Amino acid sequence: MLAIFKRELKAYFTGVIGYVFLVIYLAVAGILFSYTTMMSMSSDMSLYYTLMLIFTAIVLPLLTMKSFSEERKMKTEQLVLTAPISLPAMVFGKFLAPYVIYAGCTVLTSLYFLLLVPYAELKFAVLLGEVVAMLLIGGVFIAIGLFVSSLTENQLSAAIGTIAIILAFFGIGLVGSLLPSNYWLRFVFDALSIFTRFETFINGYFDLASLLYYISVGAVFFWLTIRVYDRRRFG
Amino acid sequence: MVKVENLVKRYGTNYALNDVSFEIGEGEIVGLLGPNGAGKSTAMNIITGYLSATSGSVTIDGTDMLEDPIRAKKLIGFLPEQPPVYPEMTVMEYLNFVYDLKGCELERTPHLEEIIQVTKIAEVRNRLIKNLSKGNKQRVGIAQALVGDPKVVIFDEPTVGLDPKQILAVRNLLRTLARRHTVILSTHILAEVQAVCERVIIINKGKIIADEKTENIVKTIEDGYRYRYKICGPQRDVESALLKLNGVKRVEIGTERDLDSYSYTVDCDGGIDARKAVFNLCSSRGWAIIGIEAVGTDLESVFIRLVDRSDGLLPDNTKKKKRR
Repeated sequence: MLAIFKRELKAYFTGVIGYVFLVIYLAVAGILFSYTTMMSMSSDMSLYYTLMLIFTAIVLPLLTMKSFSEERKMKTEQLVLTAPISLPAMVFGKFLAPYVIYAGCTVLTSLYFLLLVPYAELKFAVLLGEVVAMLLIGGVFIAIGLFVSSLTENQLSAAIGTIAIILAFFGIGLVGSLLPSNYWLRFVFDALSIFTRFETFINGYFDLASLLYYISVGAVFFWLTIRVYDRRRFG
Repeated sequence: MVKVENLVKRYGTNYALNDVSFEIGEGEIVGLLGPNGAGKSTAMNIITGYLSATSGSVTIDGTDMLEDPIRAKKLIGFLPEQPPVYPEMTVMEYLNFVYDLKGCELERTPHLEEIIQVTKIAEVRNRLIKNLSKGNKQRVGIAQALVGDPKVVIFDEPTVGLDPKQILAVRNLLRTLARRHTVILSTHILAEVQAVCERVIIINKGKIIADEKTENIVKTIEDGYRYRYKICGPQRDVESALLKLNGVKRVEIGTERDLDSYSYTVDCDGGIDARKAVFNLCSSRGWAIIGIEAVGTDLESVFIRLVDRSDGLLPDNTKKKKRR
């Protein structure tokens, strides 16, 4: 597991993907931070994190698109799959590498808010809640990305497929918000929507149900990825 | 060491492997031979745990691949058809990664150093794998399989795409390995099996059609002797005289000429070697024999005949063929 994690992490930075991701992520985070807080004279964090969430959905697949598709294309997966490690350990190693990069970026950029301390009263609990939510959602996106990557040899299809699934999760919330609030389907849609769940964190509530929701969705995709490999063996 | 029982792999209605069983003892070096698409790679992929069989079992040193895959996989080193190397790593980085991946317990530096020496990749150890020649990539692939000193090493077509010099080097390497490991090697190149393997298992269309010691494989199929003689003498007389010899079934006259000889390919009935009779005949008539060679006893033609026979193109007259 650790071997795969280390190799993956290193591979991001022997190629360009790691640097491209870092540059884009940090630049966009910086710009969004300046616009939503400093330039609009506000210490409100909700707009920043909402925009960052949408942005994350688009750039995070950059990190996951190669994870399995590249191994399959280069036939290196035969090495990994015939090595004495379990499938869950392999998938977890693959998960951890992009996650560490993403989590590092998220924590780092969230420190920007400390710049506001001299000028405004910062709600640290809310900030913490939002960072936790971002970290959880990032985990979900990465799990989705790994799953799609395990389905194809083509990196581009993997990235587009991942974005499509993430958008579908957004879309559920959007459709839900159009429905009357007492309609049962609205309840279901809201419960499934990544975005609606996120709003509770933005509004400053630390919602245990949402926490479990993110972990569960992540776990489902994690499990699906393992299943893809299991199925292929028996295919 | 490796026990394969009733292995079946089905894709839809197609059988990639159909009831394949064999057992390979410790230290044996076995060639898995067959035309392309016969099921060699499938068999190897199942033995190494990369694929699962539809039914049947694989046991490595007493450990069932399905029941305890991690323990079983620890005993195997595998070189797939395409060496599973990461182009953006250096050779050393890659071997270190494989060492970690396999959870190797031997001491790192001396172990990797030994492998590098054995596979002769010391000179390229710090180069990126993507810049290596095909032969060196293949060596790195072999080195990878040896990490952890597995009891069984499995190579899928290890010499494909190499130049003749590299092929010889890889074969020599394989022979050295056989002293310490049980080696299974798949190939469709017959000379390779003859050069390297003690035993050969021939697969066609997912079934084992022969499983013999390499030197015996020729005998099991040959049920009559076949020699080509170059005899100086009047062609018609020689032919009719040869046909009158005891046990001679058929005489074919070749077109090539050497001095004033013609070539005669003589088929005999089972068990009869007509060479002495031919010599006596010729010496009594004053015809000089300037050459005798065995025909159709090289592995190449044995292989083609076995495959044709299993495809139903030739009658099966190898009932005496023994199966292990």
